[in-house]
Amino acid sequence: MAHDNIATPASTGTSRVKRGMAEMLKGGVIMDVIDAEQATIAEDSGAVAVMALERVPADIRAQGGVARMSDPEMIESIVSAVTIPVMAKARIGHFAEAQVLQSLGVDYIDESEVLTPADYAHHIDKWPFTVPFVCGATNLGEALRRINEGAAMIRSKGEAGTGDVSNAVTHMRKILGEIRHLSSLSTDELYAAAKDLSAPYDLVREVAETGSLPVVLFTAGGIATPADAAMMMQLGADGVFVGSGIFKSGNPRQRAEAIVSATRHFDDPEIVAKVSRGLGEAMVGINVADLPVHHRLEDRGW
Amino acid sequence: MTSPATAETITVGVLALQGDVREHLASLTNSGAQARAVRRVVDLDGLDGLVIPGGESTTMSILAVRDGLLEPLRAFAASGRPCFGSCAGLIFLADRVTDGRDDQQTMGGLGVTAARNAFGRQVDSFETDLSVPSLGQELFPAVFIRAPAITEVGPDVEVLAVLGDRIVAVRQGGLLATAFHPELTDDNRFHRYFVQMVAEHRRAAPETTSK
Repeated sequence: MAHDNIATPASTGTSRVKRGMAEMLKGGVIMDVIDAEQATIAEDSGAVAVMALERVPADIRAQGGVARMSDPEMIESIVSAVTIPVMAKARIGHFAEAQVLQSLGVDYIDESEVLTPADYAHHIDKWPFTVPFVCGATNLGEALRRINEGAAMIRSKGEAGTGDVSNAVTHMRKILGEIRHLSSLSTDELYAAAKDLSAPYDLVREVAETGSLPVVLFTAGGIATPADAAMMMQLGADGVFVGSGIFKSGNPRQRAEAIVSATRHFDDPEIVAKVSRGLGEAMVGINVADLPVHHRLEDRGW
Repeated sequence: MTSPATAETITVGVLALQGDVREHLASLTNSGAQARAVRRVVDLDGLDGLVIPGGESTTMSILAVRDGLLEPLRAFAASGRPCFGSCAGLIFLADRVTDGRDDQQTMGGLGVTAARNAFGRQVDSFETDLSVPSLGQELFPAVFIRAPAITEVGPDVEVLAVLGDRIVAVRQGGLLATAFHPELTDDNRFHRYFVQMVAEHRRAAPETTSK
């Protein structure tokens, strides 16, 4: 590459470059897509990135079976269809799937509980990778363990594929509430706090001092309407992942645009009201409370 | 570190379609300016200058058109008030864009051609120390994320920095643009340089701001 001939060497895959990439997505919507046509609709609607996967979470739930990384051919077809960044999912702990995704040139890897976990004790060691990772979290301790493993972006887990936003709310409130609590502690109380959170002391202290995570915090899992997106942004999310909510609805193009507008204008109810009109059927949805415990995704990840 | 702010207060907006708005607001504040986010057309009123942040240039273009911001933004730049774009912001200010969508619209004004993702995808993103003579001898910590490069410049464009054979920072009158992200670092020299441009413009043409 042309930048090889400069005096100062260029460093790829640094924390600043990985975390910085997520900063560029803030205020935006990242949409699950299963083919090039959906990816183009997502880009047209104003999505900041797409998540390429073979089955959206609602279908994974409906069809069951082991859910894995998508076919590289399908991922490449989406990469070549859009100009915005493309993310793809690897199973929790499946570092070889992550290596494949990195070699395909995806812009971000989601080590995701939506797929069937490959390792029930360990997550991927994300530091050796040049490509950045986003990981799900239900609470602050989990978020900090992922960051300690090298995650450059965190998203609340929520309960993907349900259209029920309640778990995303629970997780976002929990993470941000625990951050506020840490900020109120005295220095000598942070050691015990780190123990309680099962998180590294240095990261706990950093969060206590800055009052925020050291990486971008998106929300995910069950967001299906413009008002859902607006609520999550008001709760403190930096941006929104929408999985099944768009392409499992009656009018994906219009709903995608509406969720993008509501995310951008989250504190302007008149705009959220305007874009919510006449959207047609939202995805049917499943109440999280009706899900058998062993079908819940929030417990995947350790 | 001396504050470049003059006796009067300089107010700079940061275009908040999406992207790293917060980082630019912080860098501007640290450079002695008042800073606020610009979400709607009315937010442009009373600004002395404008920053177009980093983000996704395709998305920013689509949202600016949909929300009716493109023409007001063009009018803002045409009034002579300074604008500074980083990364996607550089693309947004460029008159011509290559390797983007065919229908990508930009605010324009900067007489350059910007090539999107000129250094590759995210796995190729990098940081390096860059020589920027206008900011002094000390190298500038430059963070390139899916970054563009400038492939052609018009006659009025002053090149501020190059990387290998590519142009990565330019100024043309009141327009400043970088292919990298000064706002992701603690080095505020680009923002101070821009705030100085805004202050000078306001001294020269005080009537353009007040509305």
